[in-house]
Amino acid sequence: MSFYDRLTRLDKLPYEGVWKQYTALDVKRALRLEQLDEDGVMALLSPAAEPYLEEMAQKAHRLTRAQFGHVMQLFTPMYLADFCVNHCTYCSFSSIYDFPRKKLTLEEVRREAETIAATGLRHILILTGESRNESPVSYLKDCVEVLRGYFSSVSIEVNPLTTEEYADLRQAGVDGLTLYQEVYHQETYRQLHVKGPKRVYRNRLDAPERGCLAGFRSVNIGALLGMYEWRQEALATALHARYLQDKYPECEIGLSIPRFRPYLGEFNPASDVTDRALVQIILAYRLFLPRSGISLSTREPAALRDHLVHLGITRMSAGVSTEVGGHSLEGGTPQFEISDNRSVQEIKEMLEEKGLQPVFKDWDSLDEPLAMP
Amino acid sequence: MQDPLIIGGVTLTSRLFIGTGKYSRNTLIPEVIARSGSQVITVALRRVDPESKDNIISHIPSHMTLLPNTSGARTAEEAVRIARLARSAGLGDWVKIEVINDQKYLLPDNTETIRATEILAAEGFIVLPYMSPDLSAALRLKAAGAAAVMPLGAPIGSNRGLQTKELIRILISETGLPIIVDAGIGRPSEAAEAMEMGAAAVLLNTAIATARDPQLMAEAFREAVSAGRKAYLAGLGPVEETAAASSPLTGFLA
Repeated sequence: MSFYDRLTRLDKLPYEGVWKQYTALDVKRALRLEQLDEDGVMALLSPAAEPYLEEMAQKAHRLTRAQFGHVMQLFTPMYLADFCVNHCTYCSFSSIYDFPRKKLTLEEVRREAETIAATGLRHILILTGESRNESPVSYLKDCVEVLRGYFSSVSIEVNPLTTEEYADLRQAGVDGLTLYQEVYHQETYRQLHVKGPKRVYRNRLDAPERGCLAGFRSVNIGALLGMYEWRQEALATALHARYLQDKYPECEIGLSIPRFRPYLGEFNPASDVTDRALVQIILAYRLFLPRSGISLSTREPAALRDHLVHLGITRMSAGVSTEVGGHSLEGGTPQFEISDNRSVQEIKEMLEEKGLQPVFKDWDSLDEPLAMP
Repeated sequence: MQDPLIIGGVTLTSRLFIGTGKYSRNTLIPEVIARSGSQVITVALRRVDPESKDNIISHIPSHMTLLPNTSGARTAEEAVRIARLARSAGLGDWVKIEVINDQKYLLPDNTETIRATEILAAEGFIVLPYMSPDLSAALRLKAAGAAAVMPLGAPIGSNRGLQTKELIRILISETGLPIIVDAGIGRPSEAAEAMEMGAAAVLLNTAIATARDPQLMAEAFREAVSAGRKAYLAGLGPVEETAAASSPLTGFLA
């Protein structure tokens, strides 16, 4: 049994009609529920919930503060390599673009780590394109060894790997896995992923579950919002998260809400995800999964991010560069344009002003073997 | 009135234990400590960063007894490792064992908690395990060397109060260990109720840290815990289900 079976059944729903059949009564019922069921999350994602965003926000805010407190965990991504064998129509790292590709040497990783760690950040998310030649698991492990000298938690966002490879990285000290399905709608997935191993939908869909099996402490999933009808994509993401959390209760399942951003090429998103829609998605996620972390990236502009901090978000990236070596080297190509260029210090000050405590460290790597009696 | 609580050789006059998580700023902590009168404060080692200028420990006055907790541990092994890290970081010998491998409800794993308690108590730690209230598990924790046991009143952060009251009552009556109600208490009246039942102390964080005025709420809990304790010591009158009958049914007996 994999989430694929569930998703295939979901795919058959006559969504156009389904969304319309929810009424204000269904939304009110969902808002009264202690534990939101699937029908409830659908009601909250439906057009009928649009007039109830404020009520949803108040409840999401209360739940988040009770569960997580007045705190916001900060992290930043570190791009290690932009070599990629895939052609995805919406990404600047796509193999069809001709730009000088780069991969950090271990010395460059160390310098980049030093620069980032000097900002106070202790949680790092490392990223690569997909290239088994240029950024294999052995390279990731070498980088992790360097990074562990600077950070208390290292997570990865790389191409899908096998359970054994994930376990190998877990052993090397990686705590968390982030992997976005990009788009759950299978036909759209096929159209967007033109060439390369990423075309294999099922391999990507099952990868978060392999991460759970490999023992990562946290697994973070998401749909790249805008690639297909957002209500349907958000529903698939929420159900995927619930599936994983039910099956792997020991693993923290988190959600991200990446919205499509401009990049090198000329891809036009299929679904217009307005700020109101984004808020509706975040609130539905929070009410459906009250204890899941929700991450907010610098894809979103500063002004919007400042408002979203009270609506269920628990983790934010800060001081971000989407270029390989973007913190200590020059001349890289960004994977996508970010919208919030503020430094870690500026984000920290913004949070404090909003009555939130920025949390830089929320874990200690504990991965050396321990002799138990 | 002398009514000390002695744990691990430390004599405490306050029976309110507090936490450090969830505050909007760490600078609230000293004020909350002062207003709560608390002498024991728990701190998640995962949040301790000695290199940070805002290190949480630097906000805690030196007269406090630190109770590092193993938040984030999913197994006994991880809890043991975190406890040892805490001790080597100079945070003392006390440890609140918290082993949770259920991210949905955040309920503790009693079996792993017992294993961790055995190991750490043997290493000289003052072990205060957080647990689901279960008599046989509490007795095993006692045998393993726990200095007290800390049953939950309701899931962490839920502010639902003493949902597990009947089970906690049994622990108070049967274990012979100090019972410290940890998690779930949302209102001062619930803290008072736990103390009236004979709990040795209560530990709470969310109810204070997420109140609109944490300092004032700290004071409210201080008074509630004290009132509940006094009521316990004074001996509560029996609760009658109905008014005493004016015409006794057995009055004819000589």
